[in-house]
Formats: sequence, structure tokens, C-alpha cells
Amino acid sequence: MAMLSGTGTNSPNGRPMVDAQDVHKYFHNNEVLRGVNMRVQRREVVVVIGPSGSGKTTFLRCINHLEKINQGRIYVDGELMGYRETPGGKLVEDSERNIARIRSEIGMVFQRFNLFPHLTALQNIVEAPVQVRGIPKEQAEARAHELLAKVGLAEKADAYPARLSGGQQQRVAIARALAMDPKLMLFDEATSALDPELVGEVLKVMRQLAEEGMTMIVVTHEMGFARDVADRVIFMDGGIVQEEGAPAELFNASKNDRLRAFLGQIKEA
Amino acid sequence: MGILQWLQNIITLNHNFTWAYVWKYILSAPIIQGVILTIILAVISQFLGTLIGLLLYFMGRSRLGFVRGISAIYVWLFRGTPLLVQVYVFYFLFPYLHLTQPLRRNDLFSAIGFTHGIGPIFMDAFLAGLLAFSLNEGAYMREIVRAGIDAIDVGQLEAAKSLGMTYSLAMRRIVLPQAFRIIVPPLGNEFNNMLKNTSLATAAGLYELLGTANGIGGPLFATLELLVVASVWYLLLTTIWGIIQGYIERRLNVSNIDVGAKRPNWAQRVFGFLPRSTAVNPATFIPPEH
Repeated sequence: MAMLSGTGTNSPNGRPMVDAQDVHKYFHNNEVLRGVNMRVQRREVVVVIGPSGSGKTTFLRCINHLEKINQGRIYVDGELMGYRETPGGKLVEDSERNIARIRSEIGMVFQRFNLFPHLTALQNIVEAPVQVRGIPKEQAEARAHELLAKVGLAEKADAYPARLSGGQQQRVAIARALAMDPKLMLFDEATSALDPELVGEVLKVMRQLAEEGMTMIVVTHEMGFARDVADRVIFMDGGIVQEEGAPAELFNASKNDRLRAFLGQIKEA
Repeated sequence: MGILQWLQNIITLNHNFTWAYVWKYILSAPIIQGVILTIILAVISQFLGTLIGLLLYFMGRSRLGFVRGISAIYVWLFRGTPLLVQVYVFYFLFPYLHLTQPLRRNDLFSAIGFTHGIGPIFMDAFLAGLLAFSLNEGAYMREIVRAGIDAIDVGQLEAAKSLGMTYSLAMRRIVLPQAFRIIVPPLGNEFNNMLKNTSLATAAGLYELLGTANGIGGPLFATLELLVVASVWYLLLTTIWGIIQGYIERRLNVSNIDVGAKRPNWAQRVFGFLPRSTAVNPATFIPPEH
């Protein structure tokens, strides 16, 4: 609450957490994003669905500048991500330090977990707070124990990732991202690499985060999660946002042929 | 003169091979000093070569074309010419730079106790060897470093970046520690080679192990006997190194990235056998000698 005094009269709640404007992205000559516009409000949970190759993962990676964009702008909490504007109005890539600073406030969870295999679960979580933020080790470790308890892995603090199941690894990865106190969490197909019986434990943690009011952008094929947890569902195909809306209207009453075809395929599988 | 007599002559080299010289010199002060100098030269060269290899790797990853070019040309040059030629080039470069006499006046080696040899340890000869071995090793180490770093999943760097780490911090804390495990086995092979390759400094007149053995053996017409002495010492050095390397590799394995891959025991390490293992993990796989 102490933070509020610094924000002044200009309430931050009016400013979107993510504001993507006309984002274009090419891989060589292949245009994978063809002008994506997306706004995500504070405390909103947005689920992005779409067939593979639709550009949803690429777009998510553009938000924290793991991919450069070729046209358009992405603002994260009011700051232009990855670029700065010259006096002449041209965009040039931002300094590495500045990009890293903005990224440190955006948590990302990857399909393949990407835990650091040479570090224990606890060390994985402590690494960035200590190395990036300069938080004292004891303090960071206390917080890491809390986060491990939160994701249900209190007893796995000293386990190396190779000793954990996929579901456990992904929960540690979520705790690792949360340790930086992010204001936004990006989930890139966080359950796609898991055995079916392990999907539930990860979704449960994500669901809990959503209930706590975390701003989340979730790329997933889990339609049940989208239906139950999302404030808004966005359907991407062919590198653009095809349709968006509340889960109920999108899943039940869409007139978009592509979306209906996509949902039909999901049901068959 | 039967076949047995002929075989005996081969084995005893017509009685001209004098084992007494081997016993007399194998533990002599000049030879021991030569062994110590060989170890010093090899350790410093390997250390510097590894640093140069890392530097060349990151130069090869630079945004600037000419920096990448320097790295590529360096490797092309030092891998493309014989190491012996490189020793000669540095040795004969010093006179052109008017460095030979100042270097020879430097008596660091006698000051630290290298006074038991069959001649003085000249600084110019030592530096010619050190430069050639370090710079040459850097070219090979760049490839080993590259293989080690490239073997680390790009997702590791991305995860580190997503947590707000800069490239250099992510490299130092996340990527290099993992790459190091992959680099250690080939690095061990490189040092094994280095221990033996230092013998080329003999060409610059350095009294390391082989130089000392030649210097003793020549006047005595006992060159072969002293070569046996040198060979026994080289074998001993590489054997001890094999044991140390096995120990280092076992220590590096504490965090069990690989579950179930067996570590080589010391005998397997020394004699170069691969351990029997059901699963080969790239982080611990020890390539056969090439």
C-alpha cells in the first residue's frame, strides 16, 4: 500500500498493462504476425487460443522482447518495450540494461520449463532476486521457501530439476517467475509438454494466481481453463486477432468460421 | 646364428643399449628440473589458451563483422600452421624486435631456483614456447568452448533473460557453468596433449624435459637411453593427469544432471576406456581419443 503514495493522482488503474499496437513480425520472408492489436488491463486474465502457427507464441515472446518486432509498438505498463523513440520519431532498439529492467517485472513460464539444471529448486528461485535485484540471500531464500510452499513443493527445495516430474518442474518454474514479484505473467503453453495426469497440478497453481488478481496472458490449448478462468479469450489465426470476447460468447456463440473449425478440431481430439 | 640369437640382439640392441644410463639419470637433478619446467609451461599455456579460447568465442559472437573476422582468421592461422613452426616463428621474431638480449638478461628462472639444469633457462626460449602453446591452444579451445556452449539449450538463456538478466550475467551464472561440464572432458584431453607438445620448445633451446634429456644424452652417445628417461616421465605425467581428471569429473557430477550414467573409474580414465553405460548423456559423454 505504501506504493500508492508514489503514484499520485493519476491512477495507474486506467493504464493498460499491455498495449500492443499493429505488431508485425517476420521470420525471414514469412510474416508470422500481421498487425496484432491487443490490450490487457490490470488484473485481467487473457487466454490466447489458436491453431499452431497462428503466431500466438511468437506474440507472447514479443511482449518481453525475446523476439524483436518489425513494425508496431508494444507498451508494458506504459513503457515502450524493447525500443526507444529518437527525436525524429524513429524506433531504435533499447539498451540491453533497460530491456532487462522491464523484463525483470514480467514473469514468463515456458512450455519446456527451462529450469536451470545445475541449480536446486531453491537456487533456481533465488538466483534472479539475488543476482538481478541484489536482495540479500537469506531474505530471498525465505521468500523462495514461501513460494515453494505456495506451489505445493515445500519439501522439494533441495531437489535438482532432474529429480522432479514435469509437473513439479513447471511449478518450480512458476515460483521462480513469481520470486521477482512480476506485475504481469506470461504463460507459453505451460502444460503442453506434460503428461496428461500432471496437467491438473499446474493448472491449479495458475488458477490460484488468477484468483489472487495477477495479470496474466495465457497461451494454451486447455479450453477448460480458458472457459473457467479467463476474463477474455482471444482467438488468433494467420498472424492476427480473429476474434475476442468473454469465454461464453466465444465458445458458444461465435460466427467466425475459422474459430468454429478450430474448436471442432479440439473437441475431436 | 639362430632365430633366437637374432631376437635377442634386437631386444638388447646388440648390447649397445646401456640401461645403466637410464637408472643413472631418471631421478637426476637436471631431469627433475626439466620435468618441473615442463609442468609449469603446460599449466600456464593451458590456462592462457583456455582464456583465449573463451575470448575468441565471444569475439566470434560479436555484432561487429571485423571482430568476428579477427576471431575466424586467428583460428585459421593457428590451426593451419604446424605448432613447431609457431615455436620457431616466435623464437626468431624476438631478435627482429630487439627483445632477445633484454629477455636473456632476465634471470627470473635462476632467481627462483632453476639452477640445476645442464644450461641456463633463457627467458626468450621460454616465452617463445609459452606464446606458441597458449596462442595455438586458444584456437583449439575456441572450438571446444563453442561446442560446449552450443550444447546448452537456448531456452536456458531465454529463461535467464526473462528473469531480467543481461547477456553477460546469464552467461556467467547460467550458461557457462553448464557448458563447463561439457568442456571438461575435452579440456582434459587438451591438457594431456599440452604436456607432450611442450617438448617442441626444445627447438627453441629450452631445457624442459626433452631438451634436458637430449642435452645429457647427446655428448654421452646415449640419446636413446635418455629418450627412454624422458618417455617414462611423460608417461608418468599423463598418467597422474588422467587420475586427476577422473577425480575432477566425478566432483563436477555432484548435482546429478544425469541420472544413472556411470562415471569412469581411474583405470578406465587412464587407459581411455569408456565406462559401460546404458544411457549416454551429452553432459558426461567422454569422446574416444581422436
